[in-house]
Amino acid sequence: MSDILQTLFDSEEDTQKDKHLTFIIGKEIYGIEIRHVTEIIGIQKITEIPEMPDYVKGIINLRGKIIPVIDVRLRFKKEPMEYNDRTCIVVVDIKDFSVGLIVDSVSEVVSIPENDIVDPPDVSTGYSNKYIRGIGKIGDDVKLLIDCNKLINDEDCEKLIQV
Amino acid sequence: MTHNNNEPMLEMFVFETLQLMDQLEQSLISSEKDSGFDLTINEIFRIMHTVKGSAAMMMYDNISELAHSIEDLFFYLREEKPDKIDTTEITDIVLDGVDFIKNEVSKIQNGFTSNENASGLIKKINDILINIKKLNTSSKSKLDTNYVKENNNDQKFYISSENVNKSKGEYKYEAHLKFAEECEMENIRAFSVIHDLKEVANITYYYPENVIDNDTSCEIIQKEGFKIEFMTDLSLEMVKDRLSHTLFLDKLEVYLKNDDEIEKFETDQIYNNDLYNEKNQIKEVKEIFLDDFEDKHKDNNKPVLNNQISKKTVVPSGKQSVISVNIGKLDMLMDLVGELVISEAMVTQNPDLIGLQLDSFHKAARQLNKITNELQDVVMSIRMVPLSSTFQKMNRIVRDMSKKLNKSVELKILGEETEVDKNIIERISDPLIHIIRNSIDHGIEETSERKEKGKSPLGNLVLEAKNAGGDVWIIIKDDGRGLDKEKILIKARENGLINKPEDELSDDEIYSFIFKPGFSTKEKISEFSGRGVGMDIVVKNIEMVGGTVQVNSAPGEGTTISIKFPLTLAIIDGMTVLVGESRYTIPTISIKESFKIKNESIIEDNNGNLMIMVRGQAYPILKLHKYYNINTKITDIKDGIIVMIENNSRILCVFADALLGEQQVVVKPLPKYIEKAKGIAGCTLLGDGNISLILDVAKIFMTF
Repeated sequence: MSDILQTLFDSEEDTQKDKHLTFIIGKEIYGIEIRHVTEIIGIQKITEIPEMPDYVKGIINLRGKIIPVIDVRLRFKKEPMEYNDRTCIVVVDIKDFSVGLIVDSVSEVVSIPENDIVDPPDVSTGYSNKYIRGIGKIGDDVKLLIDCNKLINDEDCEKLIQV
Repeated sequence: MTHNNNEPMLEMFVFETLQLMDQLEQSLISSEKDSGFDLTINEIFRIMHTVKGSAAMMMYDNISELAHSIEDLFFYLREEKPDKIDTTEITDIVLDGVDFIKNEVSKIQNGFTSNENASGLIKKINDILINIKKLNTSSKSKLDTNYVKENNNDQKFYISSENVNKSKGEYKYEAHLKFAEECEMENIRAFSVIHDLKEVANITYYYPENVIDNDTSCEIIQKEGFKIEFMTDLSLEMVKDRLSHTLFLDKLEVYLKNDDEIEKFETDQIYNNDLYNEKNQIKEVKEIFLDDFEDKHKDNNKPVLNNQISKKTVVPSGKQSVISVNIGKLDMLMDLVGELVISEAMVTQNPDLIGLQLDSFHKAARQLNKITNELQDVVMSIRMVPLSSTFQKMNRIVRDMSKKLNKSVELKILGEETEVDKNIIERISDPLIHIIRNSIDHGIEETSERKEKGKSPLGNLVLEAKNAGGDVWIIIKDDGRGLDKEKILIKARENGLINKPEDELSDDEIYSFIFKPGFSTKEKISEFSGRGVGMDIVVKNIEMVGGTVQVNSAPGEGTTISIKFPLTLAIIDGMTVLVGESRYTIPTISIKESFKIKNESIIEDNNGNLMIMVRGQAYPILKLHKYYNINTKITDIKDGIIVMIENNSRILCVFADALLGEQQVVVKPLPKYIEKAKGIAGCTLLGDGNISLILDVAKIFMTF
């Protein structure tokens, strides 16, 4: 019995392995590991918190749970964009807390096997590089895979918060 | 009767015994203060008797024997009223006993076996009793022989006082007991009856015989009642009286049997009505295991109680009146209720309804609203517990310490009714004990020294709790010698704690060194403090529940340690204001008044700071939208609203767009990610699903 459960459990793990949720910001397609994602919700009313870095948009009430939301666009130092009905909040669970990521739109869930992921180039060409864990190749497309931990627990962001 | 299949009873036993011990501790200390047991003796006696009975039933002989010896002692005190007694000595020994029992019970609670032997204590208690007797023998006599109690002597002390002339087991009785239908666990009740009777009688026979081990006995007792035959020298009235104290007793018949000749004396129909007295429920819980031998005074009161209520609604056995619930579940419940309130608002204020004539819908909606509000109130109140029991415990600490250190200290408790979150209560006890010990040991001087300094010989220690600015403050204040700055500095230097020029250190910074690990300026290590492991643990414990500790001291005048707990999980009354699109909640407790400005003069100084004259006083104005950089259309002072807030007698006028109303709010902490926001203590969900930020009034004053 326990064996079966174990295999079931393993297979469940397997279904999440290599799966990435991809979303679009501007022209680029980004991906995050699906195991971090708890849910995707439409844009909703955000309560501003004063004195926060601009990319921390505020907090939302997710069924009684208060979670902060980050505008990934602003986090990557891109131009802000009006939110529209395609704008989504991707709720991710990292370590012990949830954060909402505001993205232009959510695209799909794709499987990118580990050996199709290459390290990002060393040369730092843009701001967003430090948040990129790797680059996934699917056919001719490339997806930029985001390191969620870095996205949220960035050092300079901590410093900003403490000010 | 193993403990595993007896868990509800065990739990009840633990709960009840601990509660009784706390009660006992308090009565002891208060009677010591009043220097006499006159008022409390009956209560102490009753508590010990209850504990003895329930412990014996749960087969914790060590506890029951100890309780018995204390009971003996107090029985003597009550019956003989000796004049020459040393109250302190008795209080000491009984408190030791209380500690012993508490210790054992907590062992049982944690699943260990209670194995400590109480014989040392029992011997001490007996010695005291013998001493008291020796001192008071001149007038009292007859009981002495019975007092040196032998464990297996069936002839117990309290019968002898009234029946000295009779030999044991003179009468033979037969009793039939019938329990109320809903009482459950008949076998255990029957067992407790037997147990109770054993103290005064020789039980010759009972039916069903195998009350505890045999499950069918329950049914038999339920159907046919419980039959006991016993020999005793108590009179029929006394037997009846004793048996009638059995809980859930429905019907009691007692016969006097002589030489097989049954003489029926009386049939009693007893409705144990106090069971239905809800107010007494908790008391009843205490008495479930009780083999009751109440003193006469109490007996006289009982019938009155019994007559009070005669409704026959079935109350489930009093045991369920207290349950312990996982805090996590409560949190979940609270969140769910929050969601419920929001969804209710979403339904009743649904835009689709606008313009429709829906009388009965609104009626139903109002009803729903009422219920959800009530539900919210109840859920919120579940977690809140008054500080009083924690504070009362400190009486004991102060007493023990002041006796051992030979200092006279008086503890004054203020604001014990302040309610705080359960989490905080659990964490606050140890830090408080540490701080109080430190205050008495280091702070308050010896009586002689105090006299020299011209202080009153009685050291004062104030333990105060209050809500201020939406925070919970617990303040411990002594009027002792104060902290020695020089000593602290020297010690800090030794430990390498100083990392900036010493003359730049503020007093506060110097004092806060005492919270560093391994810091003690006390040269001698005493039983209570001086090892330097106290204060840093205090701080750690308090920080775990999000609190902060401040210390203030004036040499020669005393030390004040203030513990501040954040709003976290506390429920506050708040006034919600609107600024632009954002909502802010100001704790009502810090609001003095709010008003619209008409003609009061507004003054602007050369730096552009605004001030307002109200009733001849000038107050600074804080424009929230400027403070927080919020876009709003209302920037002219005359269009918005002024809320006057106060903190530590400083007053500030906060300018906001509009008032949204006052309501109770549950404070939720801001997510970790942004918890450092300036002047924000937390956030809360408003009824309409909006989030409101709660202003930290004290912080605003600091940063303004």
